[in-house]
Formats: sequence, structure tokens, C-alpha cells
Amino acid sequence: MKIVVCVKQVPDTAGGVKFNPDGTLDRGAMLTIMNPDDKAGLEAALRLKDQYGAEVTVVTMGLPKAEEVLREAMAMGADKGVLVTDRVLGGADTWATSTTLAGAIRNLEYDLIITGRQAIDGDTAQVGPQISEHLNIPVISYAQDIKIEGDSVVVERQYEDRYHVVKAKMPCLITALSELNEPRYMTPGGIFDAYKQEITVWGRADLKDVDDSNLGLKGSPTKIAKASDKVRKGAGEKVSLDPDESVSYIVDKLKVKHVI
Amino acid sequence: MDFMLSKEHEMARALFKEFAEKEVKPLAQEVDETEVFPRGTVEKMAKLGFLGIPVPKEYGGQGCDPLTYAMCVEELSKVCGTTGVIVSAHTSLCCDPIMTFGTEEQKQKYLVPLAKGEKLGAFGLTEPGAGTDAQGQQTKAVLDGDEWVLNGSKCFITNGKEADVYVIFAITGTVEKRGRMQKEISAFIVEKGTPGFTFGTKEKKMGIRGSSTYELIFTDCRIPKDNMLGQQGKGFNIAMHTLDGGRIGIASQALGLAEGALENTIAYVKERKQFGRAIGAFQNTQFQLADMATKVEAAQLLVYKAAMAKATQKVYSVEAAKAKLYAAEVAMEVTTKAVQLHGGYGYIREYDVERMMRDAKITEIYEGTSEVQRMVISGALLK
Repeated sequence: MKIVVCVKQVPDTAGGVKFNPDGTLDRGAMLTIMNPDDKAGLEAALRLKDQYGAEVTVVTMGLPKAEEVLREAMAMGADKGVLVTDRVLGGADTWATSTTLAGAIRNLEYDLIITGRQAIDGDTAQVGPQISEHLNIPVISYAQDIKIEGDSVVVERQYEDRYHVVKAKMPCLITALSELNEPRYMTPGGIFDAYKQEITVWGRADLKDVDDSNLGLKGSPTKIAKASDKVRKGAGEKVSLDPDESVSYIVDKLKVKHVI
Repeated sequence: MDFMLSKEHEMARALFKEFAEKEVKPLAQEVDETEVFPRGTVEKMAKLGFLGIPVPKEYGGQGCDPLTYAMCVEELSKVCGTTGVIVSAHTSLCCDPIMTFGTEEQKQKYLVPLAKGEKLGAFGLTEPGAGTDAQGQQTKAVLDGDEWVLNGSKCFITNGKEADVYVIFAITGTVEKRGRMQKEISAFIVEKGTPGFTFGTKEKKMGIRGSSTYELIFTDCRIPKDNMLGQQGKGFNIAMHTLDGGRIGIASQALGLAEGALENTIAYVKERKQFGRAIGAFQNTQFQLADMATKVEAAQLLVYKAAMAKATQKVYSVEAAKAKLYAAEVAMEVTTKAVQLHGGYGYIREYDVERMMRDAKITEIYEGTSEVQRMVISGALLK
């Protein structure tokens, strides 16, 4: 079985967020981590590898520095890494990103593609499903459990109060939740091995069946009106009341503030 | 000259740090308070290969360099001195001598499970009457047919009752050296459970209280002849070589303790208010922190230099001695200052710096006291 896992290097919220003048993130200037949902997706792929045997290829799009996240994935047990990087791909929104990643994945063999549900920097949850649309394969989002049955996957798809069991023929795409599992740690030896391995680097020219008009900042329909770091809120007010009193207390407060 | 760590080392540090923060730190206070060996943590570390970092892959290890191993002990000790010394004693004092002096059979039988973390290692040199004077050994080994018969005892043994494999030193005879009769010391590998090998008292310690420190007792303990480690009579050299490596481990532990205390203190002085200001706004606090940070970095450079020397040089006794001497004394000084800057709270066990100060003291004593390190360093200067 061949599994492709898409991962994204995202800002480590512990290290503060920095912006470019155009409102996009200044990714070069921030501490970074592997996006938590993507890490869960990678762990799911590695568990399938442990259980059924599989070749796991990790794909990321980003600055050359995003190579780090591929090395990390390989130190956890992924077999190959593909970095898609090119100046013309910068500033991409979800549409341009999914177009790019699909263009890269068309060069790879796969039975299963796993992405994280959403990235903690954009929080859109769009890229995974969009990739499946570009590649014309089924998608099962919000996976909380993944099993293989013959040439199909059986996935528990999470809802707020229940889950659905969904079966799809491979090839297909699954988006994973960070609650799916507890990702494994790297191993010290795995880290040194990961740095000895070759990483495939692809640019615009290597993307298959994509149009320039759908790439980078220019190919992104999303326009950012304004972006800012989170605004510091006050400590708020804590009160201890029984449920009935709480309701009238909150309603009064909202009235005072002319919210209702 | 380049003081930058490689990307591999940076990533390894991130791994050790994440593990220490998530798996070790939450237990540190309880381990100290209850004096219970953190078996669960050791099992987790075993799974991740932390118990065989510098051991080659063909022997079940991770195949990393001594610097990676030093950083592991450093990061663990930042949050828990007990966990740091468990890894250090296992790796430096048991895996290393078997890796360096063991036969191929001994490596397959003992080093492989040790490096995989399936077994835990310990080292027995110290005796009630033989600390710094390692030649003062009383434990004897007598060859009887195909077996060595051990009699005697060892004290203050780290990983004491928790280990499975022990490197033990004993007198195997006397030799004439420069006209004087001297004890001939040899090294042996002893397995837990060997008849005649029992445990004495568990030591109640000032610090590193979760580490299992025991007396080992050998009473007509018979071990196979093949379990001699290295050549007969070379035990003293094996012990000294082993301790050179061990000192890098303990220096890393000391460094971690100092760093942990400094980090805690920086956070505390920003929060703690007196006279209407955070105490970090007072120049005394600032100058104390500046001195602490400078010494911690100097210690780190010496420790890393010693670790690099172990990777590239045949002899690194002086580098290891300097690293251990300085890092241990910095650990004691920095943790003491950390307690002082915490004021009354620093003396309360709820605050980590209290434990760190108690943990730091042992780094000036075990695996060669600071005085022994000074002997090693000055001995090389005046040779």
C-alpha cells in the first residue's frame, strides 16, 4: 500500500506570530511546529504501515525551511519526503495550495492520501477536501478511526454527538483529527537517519496538470482585508451563582451592554 | 570554529525537551517526595531508544554521538535530576564498558538488551572503604574451576535494585609494581538473580531521591568464567576509562539542573512582586541572573567540548574532568542562588528549585568528587 501524507509547517503559538505587510504570515521569522492535525494524520499512516505494511511519503508545500517538517516526519518513520517550494507559489490560499499539492501528488503513486483536518494557522479545513476534488477521488473528513478492509478503507467520521462509519474504495482521501491518536515521538537514531536521506524538491515546473492562474498569491481568490495578532483580553469577571441566577445575571449584563 | 549545533542535534534536543516536559516533569515532584523509582518513565525511554543513544545500531542502540547522549541527560535533568542519572549510570557506566571492553559474545548477550532498554545497567566500584581511593577494594573474586566466586560488598550503587546487569570490580590477586605489591583488580559482568548476589540497605538521600541507591552484597556468588570483562588485572584501567565517560554524563546532569533552576528563576522574578515591582526589576536580581546565565553557558561549552572529545579523541580524561568539575560547581551555585531569589518560597518543597538544589549537591561528589577532578586536571598540567 502507498500512502501520501500532506503536512504543513505552522507557527508555534508559543513563539508569537509575525505578519508581512500584505497581511500574510511571515513564516521565515516564526518558530514552527508540524500542524497537530497533520501529525495525527501522519501517525495514522504510520500505524497502517506498522499493521499492514505501507510506504509512507510525506508532502509539504512551503519555504525551503519547511524541509524541517519532512525530516521530523521521516524521523518518526515516514519513508520519503517531497518538498514543493517555489517563489511563484508563495502567498497561496486554500485554493492555490490544494491546486499545488494536487499537482505534486499527481506525480506520485498512492492508495490513500491523509491530510490533517485543518491547520492551526488558517483553520479553514478546506485544503484536504479540495485536493480530493482536484484528483477526483472520494474524501472522508474528520476521521477518528481508520481501518483497511481489502481495497477499501472503513473510517469513523466524527460528529459532535455521534460518528458515522463510512466505507470508501481506495484511492481516496481522509482528513484526520488530532484526537485520532497520540502521535509517536521521533527516536534519536531516526533523526540522524532522516538527515542522511534525500528529500525530493519540486518547483512550479514539476507540478502536473495545473494552470498558473490557480497558483500563488495571484491565483488565490481569498483576499485578506486585515490581519492582526490576537488582541489581549482582560481577565473578565468570575461569579459563582446557581443556574437560574446565572441566566438572569448574564441577561442583565448583555442588556447593560446593549447586546440584547 | 563554529559554536552552532547541527540541525540533527537541534532536532534531537527538541525531542528530548518535548519528552522531558510531557513525560518527566509532571512526575518529578512526586518521584522526589515518594522516593519511588520512575519505572514507567524508564520503560517509555526504552521504547524511544534513550537507553542506547551512543551504542552502535548493530548492538541495538541508536548509533548517535556522545553529544546527543549528553543533551539527552541535560534535558531530562532540567526537569528531573533522578531521571537524568538513571540514564547516565545505565549508559555511561554499564553500556559503555561492555561496548568498549566486552567480547562479541558479551556484547550480544548483555549490550544488545541494555541498549534496547530491555534491561537496565549499573556499576559497582565504590565500597564502604574505597571511594576516591578506588585501590582500597576489598571485594574478592577467586577462580574455582569454570567460575569466579565473588565475596564482598559495594555501596552507593545507582540503579542498585532496579538494574538487571552489573559491572562489578573485585580483587583477583596481587601484582608487583615498582617493587611494591599491589592489588590486582578485574571487572566482571554480574546478572541480577545470581545466587549469592543480594541487596543491602536502600540509602535515604538528600537529593536524586527517586534513584535507586543500594548496597550490593556478594556471598559466595558464582559467576561464569566468561563473565570477566576485559583482561584479568585490567579492572582499574577499565574503571578509570569508564568514569571518564561517566563524568560527561554527570556533567550533563549538573548542567541540566543549573539550566532548569535558571529557567524557573527567570519565570519567577517576572511574576513575584515586592515594593510594587516585579523583583526582576531590581538590579540585584538582574546581576545575579546575568552571572548565573554566563556560568551556565560556560558550563555548557565545557560539557559539549568534552562530549565532542569523547567522539574524536582516544583520551579525554582532562576534558571530562574539567566539564564535571565546573558544571557541578555551577549547578550548586546556580541552584543555591535560584533558591535565594525565590526567597521563602524557594525553601518550600512545592517549588522545583528546592529539589534542584538538593539534587545538585551530589554532582560534586559522585563519579569522582570535585577534588578528584582537580587531581586529574592538575596531574595533567604537572606531568
